[in-house]
Order: sequence, then structure tokens, then C-alpha cells
Amino acid sequence: MAYSEKVIDHYQNPKNVGTLDKSKANVGTGLVGAPECGDVMRLQIEVDEATGVIKDAKFKTFGCGSAIASSSLATEWLKGKSVDEAITIDNMTIVEELNLPPVKIHCSVLAEDAIKAAVNDYRKKNGLPELKFEESVIH
Amino acid sequence: MLNFPIYLDHNATTPCDPRVVEAMIPYFTNSFGNAASRNHPFGWQAEEAVDYAREQVAKLIGADPKEIIFTSGATEGDNLGIKGVFEMYASKGNHIITCNIEHKAVLDTCKHIEKEGGEVTYLKVKENGLVDLAELEAAIKPTTILIAIMYANNEIGTINPIREISAIAKKHGVLVFTDAVQAVGKIPVDVNKDGIDLMAFTAHKMYGPKGVGALYVRRKNPRVKVTAQIDGGGHERGMRSGTLNVPGIVGFGKACEICMNEMEEETKRVSALRDKLQNELLKVEESYLNGDKEHKLPHVTNISFKYVEGEGLMMGFNKNIAVSSGSACTSASLEPSYVLKALGLGDDLAHSSLRFGLGRFTTEEQIDYTIEQVTNTVNKLREMSPLWEMYKEGIDMNSIEWAHH
Ligand SMILES: Cc1ncc(COP(=O)(O)O)c(C=O)c1O
Ligand code: FES
Repeated sequence: MAYSEKVIDHYQNPKNVGTLDKSKANVGTGLVGAPECGDVMRLQIEVDEATGVIKDAKFKTFGCGSAIASSSLATEWLKGKSVDEAITIDNMTIVEELNLPPVKIHCSVLAEDAIKAAVNDYRKKNGLPELKFEESVIH
Repeated sequence: MLNFPIYLDHNATTPCDPRVVEAMIPYFTNSFGNAASRNHPFGWQAEEAVDYAREQVAKLIGADPKEIIFTSGATEGDNLGIKGVFEMYASKGNHIITCNIEHKAVLDTCKHIEKEGGEVTYLKVKENGLVDLAELEAAIKPTTILIAIMYANNEIGTINPIREISAIAKKHGVLVFTDAVQAVGKIPVDVNKDGIDLMAFTAHKMYGPKGVGALYVRRKNPRVKVTAQIDGGGHERGMRSGTLNVPGIVGFGKACEICMNEMEEETKRVSALRDKLQNELLKVEESYLNGDKEHKLPHVTNISFKYVEGEGLMMGFNKNIAVSSGSACTSASLEPSYVLKALGLGDDLAHSSLRFGLGRFTTEEQIDYTIEQVTNTVNKLREMSPLWEMYKEGIDMNSIEWAHH
């Protein structure tokens, strides 16, 4: 199966690869997937405490090209959003943007899950109750 | 000058050798006869061509031409060999011994047999991918009629001790079937020296055309019979009906002849390239060879690059280099390779594997380019891999609670 140009572009020039200091209170870290499943995604957000806006986002992903592209795209979309807006990023929007075929939908789900996990980590650190999300349907 | 893309997936299929194509061409047009037409020159010509090819094929494996049954490929050969014995020898027993890293054509055939009331033992291979002879012998019982163990594995290239296996089988009066798709034409295979009773192989893995193969069925010591799985005009001595694929068979014969004449030289050349590729790639930190290092086909190597995922890895160079991976991300089922898992590799290593299959037309320049591309891509992806980061920081990944799904 051929990859879409957007997937190839994110794969070749991934945006925001890296690591934020997870010990900082304004950094939320989401680590999802499992090595046995062949995909692990770590997504981090750094929140401006005054405004509640995500000022930086970084990722590292072990997975296929679509997973790498999904996380790269997610970090781009996260920057500039408020924490509450962040959780509205839906995996299907990623699917559409990247033109992912059905077998690769779960890679985008992973990105959505990583965002939610990062937001919850941030909330927990800052004394806010964790949000409950409906179990995503994967695979 | 390098021409792209470079093909390093010769265990999946091989290109037709131009000499094979040349031999086939007349049998599409001028000499198009049906080999079963006994009463005119068109039929005679076709029959003659098939007879000649049958000799070429038989010679490569040390068989008698009468022991060759042409099929549509090895999937059919596996089905006919195993189901054919199961049905033919039903009065002797219903137990078959095979192993857990066989090709699906064998495994699914065995599953089918279980549904038909047969009993199948799936031996677990050792960590190096080879069958344990003691376990094999211990699995034999009075009802055992067949041992079906592959000659060489298609994913990791390991070669089973077929002679020892057949010696054990003989001792217990059990027949030996082997799927020799990956071995025939690449390494010396001799049905008599190796003690093989039935053997499936296929033309498209040895520079012949797709859609044609053979089942070897022993005629002496012992005389083996199989129940036909395709009924009809009684071709191939009643064991496989259907008008013969004359051009395909001619090509198959030619492919066998070329392999026979050139195997020694080719093995030397290709295995030197394989060794170079393998040695260089194993220099990459945290890379692991899958399958036995010694008992292995000359043209294949399977390596896991820990902490990077196979499909993501291939994406780095698959416009220019064609290889395959055992990662789940490459399969429709989203399951990693059952062969690699059977070696006891953690799933993470199975996801990180690449199989390189070299061939007759592989050049050193191609190998050098591949070494460079793969190494660079592994390094690039590790910079992006959270697992690599954890590894480098000395974090025990088993201590993490992964969200399995
Ligand atoms: C070990 C093995 N057995 C059987 C087959 C099936 O052969 P064919 O493609 O001729 O049906 C293959 C190739 O796909 C193989 O590698
Ligand atoms: S991470 Fe496995 S298919 Fe995308």
C-alpha cells in the first residue's frame, strides 16, 4: 500500500521530536501503546500556567510511518490550543488530514489516546480531577 | 550505477531468468499443443517438452522423472502431499507430526486435517529455529503416518537436519514430507541421500515462472502413493488432473537446469554478499540475528533492530530497497510474525525485524547501498523512539505498566 504524501512528509521531516522535562508541574506526559503491540507513543505538552495554553509539544514514537506522522501532526495541532481544546482533537480528523487507510486508523487512535493521557497527567499534577474518556475502539 | 528499486525479497519470489523466459516463449505460440493430445504433432511436441522438463526437474533433486508430479505451485504441492498421504494411508493411522514455523500452506492443511479427524502434533522449534530431533522422535506413536518438516524456513532461512529426521522416520516406518520451496535450487537437495518420500517445491522461488511447481513422490523403497485432490482427466498418473501448463513447465525445467549448473558459483558469490550485509548490520548497536547462524540458506538473513518498528523502518528506504518485515504493522492481521514469535523472541523483537533475501542478480553495490540506508534509518528512527530513549537511560521497560490493547 502506498503512503499519502502527507504521511511521507511527516515521516521524513517530523515536527517536534523530542523530550520535555517531565518533572516540571506544567508538563503533561502521555505514554500509550505497548512494545508487544509494535507501537508506543509518548506525547508531551508544556502548558503556559498563566494562560492555560499549550506552548510546546513534543513526541517520540515507536511504530509505523502512520503512527509517526499522526504524532507529529498531533504535536503541531496541540501548540497554541488550550488544554481543554486539546482533548477535542479527534482521531478521525487525523485520519482525514493524513489520508490514512482503514488498517492505519488505530495509529491515529494512539495519537488521540496520547493527547488525552498527556492532558490527564497535566491535570493530575495540578490538582485537577482526571477526565474520564470513553474507551476508544481500537483494532 | 545503481538502478532503483533494489530487490532484496527473493524469499517472496524471484524474477524469471531471461533464459527461462526465452525457453518458454515458443510454447505460448507455435508449440501451443495440449500435452495430452496423443494423436497429432502439436500434442507430441508439447508432451516431449514436458518430458524433457520433467527430466530437468528430477535431475536437480536426484529423482526419477516418473516421481515428479507437476502442480500449480507449492501451496498445491503441500496440500496434495499432506492430504494425499492422510487419505491414502488412513488405514495405517491418522497422526501427523509437523512444526510450528511451517508455511501457512502446511499449517492450514494440517488444521484442515484435524477437522477431518486427523491428529497433528506441532513441534515447537528450538530458539535457533531448528526442530529438536529428540522431541521429534518422542512424538512418534503407532498411529503416526507422516512427518512433515520444512527443508528451510522462508522467514529466517534456517535449514533443518532433514537427513537425521528421515533416519528417525525410517526407523519407525513413518513417511517424510518436506516443503523444500526455499531450499531447492539454492542448496544441494537430493531426495535419496536425504531420505525424502514426498517434497513440494515451486518454480517462482528459483527464477522460474509463477503458478507452476512440483510434488516429488517416491516410487521405490518405499513406493508412496497419494490420493488425488483434484479429480478430472487423470493427468500426472492420476494424482493431479488438469491440462498441463506447458510453457510454465518448460520454464520450470529450464530454471532447474540453470540452478543445477550454477548453484555452486552462485552460492559462493551470494553468500559472500549476504555475509557482508549481515556482518555490517549486526554492528549496529542492539541488533540481533534471528535464526541459527550456521544452518542457514546462503542468500538470506533476518535481523531485528531493537527499539525501532519494522514497517516504520522500511518506510525510510522502501522506495529504493524492497525487503520485508515480521512486524505486525505490515500484516493485515496486525499480528507479528508467528515464526519469529516461535523462536521465543519477545514480540518487540519480532516487530523490529527485517528479512533480506539476496538473489542471482544482487550486486555488491546494492548491498553497500543497503547497509548504508538501513543503518542510517535505524539511527534516525531511534532518535524518534521513546523506547530507545528509555533504553539509553537505563529504564527497565518491564517495570512500565503498558496500556495493552
Ligand atoms: C516455504 C514455502 N512454502 C510454500 C510456499 C507457497 O508456494 P507457492 O507460492 O508456489 O504456492 C512458499 C512461498 O510463498 C514458501 O515460502
Ligand atoms: S503503529 Fe502498527 S500499524 Fe501503525
